[in-house]
Amino acid sequence: MSKQKIVVVGNGMVGHHFIDQLAKDFSDDYQIVTFAEESRLAYDRVMLTSYYTGNSADDLALTTPDAYDAQGIEYHINEKITSLDRHNKTVTSASGKTITYDKLVLATGSFPFVPPVPGKDQPNIHVYRTLEDLDQIADSAKTSKIGVVIGGGLLGLEAANALKQLGLETHVVEFAPRLMAVQLDDGGGALLRSKISELGVTVHTEKNTKEIVAGETCRYRMNFADGSFLETDTIVFSAGIRPQDHLARTGDLTLGERGGISIDDHCLTNDHDIYAIGECALWDNKIFGLIAPGYAMAKAAVSHLTERRAFKGKEVDFKGADMSTKLKLLGVEVASIGDAHGNTPDAQVYSFIDSSAGIYKKIVVSSDSKFLLGAVLVGDSSDYGQWLQLVLNKIELSQAPECLLLPEMDGEASAGGGIDALPPSAQICSCLDVSKQDICDAVDGGAQDIATLKSCTGAGTGCGGCVPLLTQVLNAQLCQLGVSVDNSLCRHFSHSRQELFDIIRVKEIRNFDALLSECGTGDGCEICKPAAANMFASLWNDHVLATELVGLQDTNDNFHANMQKDGTYSIVPRIPGGEITPDHLILIGEIAKEYNLYTKITGGQRIDLFGAQLHELPIIWKKMVDAGLETGHAYGKSLRTVKSCVGTNWCRFGVQDSTSMAILIEKRYRGVRSPHKVKMAVSGCARECAEAQSKDFGIIATDKGWNLYVAGNGGMRPRHADLFASDIDDATLLRYIDIIFMFYVRTADRLQRTSVWMENLEGGLDYLKDVVINDKLKINDQLLDQMQHLIDTYQCEWKTTINDPQRLKRFNHFINSKQLDDNVIFTDVRGQISPANKVSNAVEIAHAVN
Amino acid sequence: MNTVAEQQTWLDICALNDIPPNTGVCAQFNGQQVAIFHLSSSKLGNVSLVKAVSNLDPFSDANVLSRGLISENDDIYYVASPLLKQLFNLDTGLCATDENVSIATYHVRVSDGLVQLRRS
Repeated sequence: MSKQKIVVVGNGMVGHHFIDQLAKDFSDDYQIVTFAEESRLAYDRVMLTSYYTGNSADDLALTTPDAYDAQGIEYHINEKITSLDRHNKTVTSASGKTITYDKLVLATGSFPFVPPVPGKDQPNIHVYRTLEDLDQIADSAKTSKIGVVIGGGLLGLEAANALKQLGLETHVVEFAPRLMAVQLDDGGGALLRSKISELGVTVHTEKNTKEIVAGETCRYRMNFADGSFLETDTIVFSAGIRPQDHLARTGDLTLGERGGISIDDHCLTNDHDIYAIGECALWDNKIFGLIAPGYAMAKAAVSHLTERRAFKGKEVDFKGADMSTKLKLLGVEVASIGDAHGNTPDAQVYSFIDSSAGIYKKIVVSSDSKFLLGAVLVGDSSDYGQWLQLVLNKIELSQAPECLLLPEMDGEASAGGGIDALPPSAQICSCLDVSKQDICDAVDGGAQDIATLKSCTGAGTGCGGCVPLLTQVLNAQLCQLGVSVDNSLCRHFSHSRQELFDIIRVKEIRNFDALLSECGTGDGCEICKPAAANMFASLWNDHVLATELVGLQDTNDNFHANMQKDGTYSIVPRIPGGEITPDHLILIGEIAKEYNLYTKITGGQRIDLFGAQLHELPIIWKKMVDAGLETGHAYGKSLRTVKSCVGTNWCRFGVQDSTSMAILIEKRYRGVRSPHKVKMAVSGCARECAEAQSKDFGIIATDKGWNLYVAGNGGMRPRHADLFASDIDDATLLRYIDIIFMFYVRTADRLQRTSVWMENLEGGLDYLKDVVINDKLKINDQLLDQMQHLIDTYQCEWKTTINDPQRLKRFNHFINSKQLDDNVIFTDVRGQISPANKVSNAVEIAHAVN
Repeated sequence: MNTVAEQQTWLDICALNDIPPNTGVCAQFNGQQVAIFHLSSSKLGNVSLVKAVSNLDPFSDANVLSRGLISENDDIYYVASPLLKQLFNLDTGLCATDENVSIATYHVRVSDGLVQLRRS
């Protein structure tokens, strides 16, 4: 049987999700063709505004041409489909391409509604939907001082944020008496308005724009129906969306009275070979303008198309969707749940206002006070997850409704009844549609931390809003399994690394015996000894070979070099920022030649010298130290390298001196011991040649200062770093890195990289920002002092060691002979040495006669 | 008590002080490489104990065990290979993570501050 041909018109988020879900398991059964009207494949429209704060089009992309090619998906970009011929089952594009289909999926999305205001079709007047729109708005901003957004809804406030990011004096003009009229009530709208005004955005409500004419002080003047006016240089319309149903009209499909393609629960239109999904579709006379319902429709269509073979045979139909939303607008948390306006007959309303903290909460409960029906939250949306579950699952309240609104007293649980009250079907992650049951199954299957849960269920990887709830489900399920959340370091210490760190810090413990007698048992092992040595170093910074510490060090720290598979070592001198003089380069080359070392350039812009034997290490390092080179700590759980580009020194694109900054940073943090290795990089412009976004700390120059990224990772689990702060100056940059680095040192698990550490922080990036920028925990002074202590007590470990005859005794292969290890054998590969001792597969069993 | 016979039986290797507590060294002994460990902790009553096993890590075919960490579990002392962390019992030479593998052990003692290995 030949493959069924599926044509997907529209490659937005929903169209792509459909393709993704279908191609995942059924690429052999279907030939998939998709048409995109825009110049690129699907990208994350929800995150559109982040385009101005560091995310590139590539960052926002949900797929790539390569990925589609690999899945065998045929795609056409810049190709708008303009007509549909149901009789012949073909669609035709604007450029005249005609293609047949077996099944057609309309995912044409929506278009921004622009009211018929005279003067709307002029330059510097925009809508806010595509990356092209954003490029054009940015262009306008270059010649503008004032910008106005028409429309104070969710998207309008996003657009206002964007104008503000672009440096414009920003105004929002709203027709209704309050902001976000759909989601908020008067109280919530008023609080949001005051908060946004504090941020410098002027809000005008009850303004009906009559016309846009030439301005006197600005490019335009907007005249309002009430006789008032506003002058502005740039205008962005955000007055709602309309379903893009033009194509459906050409094919004479059934539409709603006010537009939208009518669909049933399978997302089928009245033509049973045609599905419609996303914002162009009309279900039960409703359009769903959020991403979660769009994804749900895509799944329903895949389920029906594959005759229920997808999703493990589960019946997945579209049964409407909850339109609750939670978001952060201009830094203000806003959420709306269920029946936010109290439209249910006899519903009762309670509200709570804390004007000093800027918090507004309202709940709508059933007439018998037993069920939560809806809510509005402004200023603090931390209750969102819990309350949404109460509404969606119709969970009976365990206390009087007003208890929900009051801050928790004496640690009593709030009226929600906790995570255990949620039924298994409760949807925890609405973006990816992951239920409590899915999460519990994954935990049972071994995914027992947040990072693993995210990667195997997808939960928390959409908007991230459900992560706190996800954490609660995880912990509850671990409890159920009888896995007390066991953070013990090893069998000798029942404490977590973080707890041990605090004990060592507070009790000023400086050696292992003292730590064991304080809180451990037995005599230590290969896990707790290096971990303790690492914590002692992070706090007290004594030399790693001090008498009391030497027995705790892993061999790499112990001999200040990296042991390779044949027992020889590699040597990495520090080359700060990757900058090296020809003299040092020659010296390194001469040493390598003299001691016959294999040389290789590392990924971190350094030079690695392999094949040195124990007795050679001090001799080599004497030469290096005498010439002014220092240890590179390639052997330590510590800062490795700060990679850089040449920045403004040489590069015609550079906007800051990235090399100097990299050297400054590398020298500042060299030798600081941390739970795992730490990598950094500094790029001199947005071209990002130093690949800073794959580092634990990435710094990218802007024309105003630096953007700081955190928690990136290459290696086995690559992760793009998150933008932590934008356009900060040198001092702020160092201050933030000091605090984040030390907070990581203090709170991470053993051998936990910053990426996993941050993903496991409850509250993630936002929490980290709160700790670092707002000093939420009031520990920043302490962390800064601690870092300063480490900086002040830095020593080149090799310099100290080569001057200590007692320590040097250990740098010989034999304690009782000057002979060398005869099992170190090299062969020649491409003109350099390579280990030649074999790794025996059948392990030799030798048992000496005693 | 150091009779001539004893001197012939036990070979001096190094001073105990040459082995920092809770570390190891490698000795050349009858053409073999022997890893000698110096154990000392409060748990052991701050008395110095010495243990000796082959220096060859059978999993990697590299002479490195003297540079491994000493690890205790249920009062038994092991050395963890510095390469891939397999544990070897310092008294029996048995590998704790692979019962088919073991390494040679040697008689070792401290006499007058000197570490000695017994010839055969």
